[in-house]
Amino acid sequence: MAKARKNNTVKLSFDTLKYAPAPESKSSATINAQYDLFINGKFEKPLSKKYFDTINPATEEKLSSVADANAADVDKAVKAARVAYDKVWSKMPAKERGKYIYRIARMIQERAREFAIIETLDGGKPIRESRDIDIPLAANHFFYYAGWADKLAYAFPNKQPKPLGVAGQIIPWNFPLLMAAWKIAPALATGNTVVLKPAETTPLTALKLAEIIQESDLPQGVVNIITGAGATGAAIVNHPDINKIAFTGSTDVGKIIQRAVAGTDKKLTLELGGKAANIIFEDAAIDQAVEGVINGIFFNQGHVCCAGSRLFVQESVYKVVMQKLKDRIASLIVGDPMDKNTDVGAINSKQQLATIHQYINIGKKEGADIFESNCVLPKKGFFCKPTLFTNVAQSSRIAQEEIFGPVLAIQTFRTDDEVIEKANNTPFGLSAGVWTDKGSKVFNLTSKLRAGVIWANTYNKFDPTSPFGGYKESGFGREGGLHGLSAYLNAL
Amino acid sequence: MAVIHQTLAVPDFSLSPRIDHVGIEERAARFTKRSIKAETKINGLKLALNMIDLTTLEGKDTDGKVKQLCYKAQHLHDAYPGLPTVAAICVYPSMVSVAKKALGNSGIKVASVATAFPSGQAHSDIKIRDVKYAVNNGADEIDMVISRGKFLQGEYNFVFDEIAAVKEACGIARLKVILETGELVTYDKVRRASDIAMYAGADFIKTSTGKISPAATLPVTLVMLEAIRDFYYKTGKMIAMKPAGGISKSKLALHYLVMLKETLGDAWMNNHWFRFGASSLANDVLMQLEKERTGVYQSANYFSVD
Repeated sequence: MAKARKNNTVKLSFDTLKYAPAPESKSSATINAQYDLFINGKFEKPLSKKYFDTINPATEEKLSSVADANAADVDKAVKAARVAYDKVWSKMPAKERGKYIYRIARMIQERAREFAIIETLDGGKPIRESRDIDIPLAANHFFYYAGWADKLAYAFPNKQPKPLGVAGQIIPWNFPLLMAAWKIAPALATGNTVVLKPAETTPLTALKLAEIIQESDLPQGVVNIITGAGATGAAIVNHPDINKIAFTGSTDVGKIIQRAVAGTDKKLTLELGGKAANIIFEDAAIDQAVEGVINGIFFNQGHVCCAGSRLFVQESVYKVVMQKLKDRIASLIVGDPMDKNTDVGAINSKQQLATIHQYINIGKKEGADIFESNCVLPKKGFFCKPTLFTNVAQSSRIAQEEIFGPVLAIQTFRTDDEVIEKANNTPFGLSAGVWTDKGSKVFNLTSKLRAGVIWANTYNKFDPTSPFGGYKESGFGREGGLHGLSAYLNAL
Repeated sequence: MAVIHQTLAVPDFSLSPRIDHVGIEERAARFTKRSIKAETKINGLKLALNMIDLTTLEGKDTDGKVKQLCYKAQHLHDAYPGLPTVAAICVYPSMVSVAKKALGNSGIKVASVATAFPSGQAHSDIKIRDVKYAVNNGADEIDMVISRGKFLQGEYNFVFDEIAAVKEACGIARLKVILETGELVTYDKVRRASDIAMYAGADFIKTSTGKISPAATLPVTLVMLEAIRDFYYKTGKMIAMKPAGGISKSKLALHYLVMLKETLGDAWMNNHWFRFGASSLANDVLMQLEKERTGVYQSANYFSVD
C-alpha cells in the first residue's frame, strides 16, 4: 500500500500485480535456414560463397544465415538494375508502374502478421510496435507513392521530371521493413530501379519483402536486395554505374559516404543521427507531456534517429515532471519482445548494448544522477533498463552525443530564449518536441528550432504524406510526402 | 479515513491543469492494447465483480425489485462456487431502508444517490435533507451530483461549498461526487470539477449519473484518475474512483482495471478505492468466468436478470 510520508515523497507502487504472458505465436511466420541474394528476380548464391548469421537479440539464438555480398555480387545486382531500368522500367507507362506498387502494398498488408513476427524476432522490438506501427506504416508508404506514380507532372508543374536511373539504398537496423519501404516506394514510383542493402543485424524482413516482390511479378531486376555488412555498403556507394545513393544510418558513416561520392555525379540523400530536444513548458498538459517524453525516448528501445533523447523541463514544473516520469517508468513492461504486453523490448545487438552501457558509465562519471527502472531484465538476450539522467550539463557528453538507446538526459531551463539556444546547441538537427498549452509559443519555437521535424504536443508521429529529414549533421534531403519524390527525380 | 481537507490550502480552480485531448485519448487507447490472459483474466474478472455497485435507479423501483437485487448481490451465480459479492447496492433514498434490511450483515454496502439526483436542480437545504434522510436510513455511501449549472457559470466557490456541506451531512458515510462529465463536455472542465470535488472533501469522484449520454468513457476516467494521482502526490491522501454508466462488457471492465493499475498502482486495486457503477456488467462478467471455467459460452438464460 502506498503511504504518504512526512517528507512528501509519496510514491506509487506497480509491483505486485503482473500480467500473465501473452506471447505472439511464432508458427505463422516462416524463416528459411538460409537466404541468398535477390538479384534479377531470383534468389542467387553469392559469388563470395560467404554467409553470416542473423540472431534473435532477445534470446541470442540463431535465426538464419544470409549471404554476404562482395563487390562482384554488388556489380551483378547493379547490372541487373541497369538492364531493368533501360529495357523495362523507364519505358513502362507510369500508370502500370503504379499498379505494381499498389500490389506490393496490398501483399504487405495481407502478410502483415508474418512481417510483424519476423521483424520482432530479428530486431528485438516489441511485437506491439511492429504490429501496430512498423508494418502498417510500411504498407502505407507503398500505397501513398503508388498513387504518385502517374501524377508526377502534377507534383512538379511546368517541369519534366525524369528518373535518375539506378538507386543504391542502404538502410539501418532500427526500422528494417519501414526503412526499406521509405526507400523503395518513392524510387519505384518515380521510375528508378533499386539495389537495396538492409542492415546486417536485421536482414530478414527485407528478404521477406524480396519474396513478395518476386510473387508480385514485378519485372525482374527492378528491385534487387542484397545482404552484407559495411564492405557491401561501400561497394554500392563506390559502384560507378549507380546514379543515386540514399543512406539512413549513423552520422559517421554518412560522412564517409559523402566523401566517397564527392566529385561523382551521384545524387545523395542522407538521413543521419539526432539528439532531439523535447521541451516541456510550465503551461503544458503535464501528464500528456510526460507520456510523450516516454514515447519519445523509449519507443523502439530508443533506437530512433529522431528519439527525444534530451529533455528540457522548465524549472517551475521540474519536481512534478520528475515525479511523474519516475512513476511512469516504473510501470513500463520490459522483456520478451514477442509478448503483446511488452513496452520495451531487446536492444538490437550486443555491440549496441555495449555502446549504451559505455554511455551510461560516462554519464555516471560526469557526475549526473542516474535513475533506472526497477524492472527485472531477462537473463538471456540484450536488454537495458529504461534510464534517466538528471543534473546533466549542456557540456556533458550524454547531452551531446547520440546514444541510440533507452537513455534520457534531463536538463532544466528558465526562459524561452534559453531553451531555444540550448536545444539548437548541437551538431544535430533532426527533430524536436514542444509541449505547451499556448499556441503562440508553439509557433515561436517551431520557427526558431533548427530541426527538420518539430512535433507540438505529440512525438514520434510518422505519416507517408509528411516529409522527414534533418538539418546540419542530421543529413539532407527529405523522405516522405511530395519532397520524397524530388530526391529521385531530375525535375528540369 | 480521516478527513484532512481542512488543513489543505485550497487552490485557484481556474488554474487546474489543462488536458491535451489528443494525448489523453491516445493514452487511454493504449490500455485497450494490453492482452489479459489466463489467471490474470480470471482474477481481473473476479475483481471487477467485487467492484460493482449494482444499481437500480428507476422511477418504477419498488421494495420487491430492490429485495431481489439485494439477493442477487449476495448470490451472483451460485453455480460457480467461491465467487465474490458485489461491493454495494446503489438505490434511491426511499429504498435505502429496504436494501439495508435485505443485505443484513452481508458486508455489502448500501449506496444511495441523493441531492436531487440526477439533475441536482434543488435548493441546497433540500439536498442536505435528502442526504440526511438517506444516511439516517442506513446508507453507507452517498452519491451526490454537483450543480453543473453553477459550475459552468464559473461559480466554483458555490460548487465547492455545496460539496463540503454535503460531506458534513454524510457523517461517517463515504461521499461519492458525481461530476456528470457528459454535461461538462471538455476534459479541461472534467479535471477542474475533479479538483474542486477532492479539495471539498469527496471520498470518491464519479463520472456520471447514468442518465446522460455519454456516461463513463476511458479517457474521461483517465483524466479523473490523473487528478486523483496529482491530489495524492500533493497531499498523500487517496481518493477513490467510480466510473458509471456505459460499462456493460467484461472486456471493457478489464481495460478500466488495466488503466487503474497503470495509472494509480496496486494500492487502488480493490473495491475500497475503485467501483464500477453498472447494472448489466455483472452478468457479462459471470458469463466470461463460466467460459473460462468450462471452455464454452452459456446462454444468457443461465444467468439471473436481477
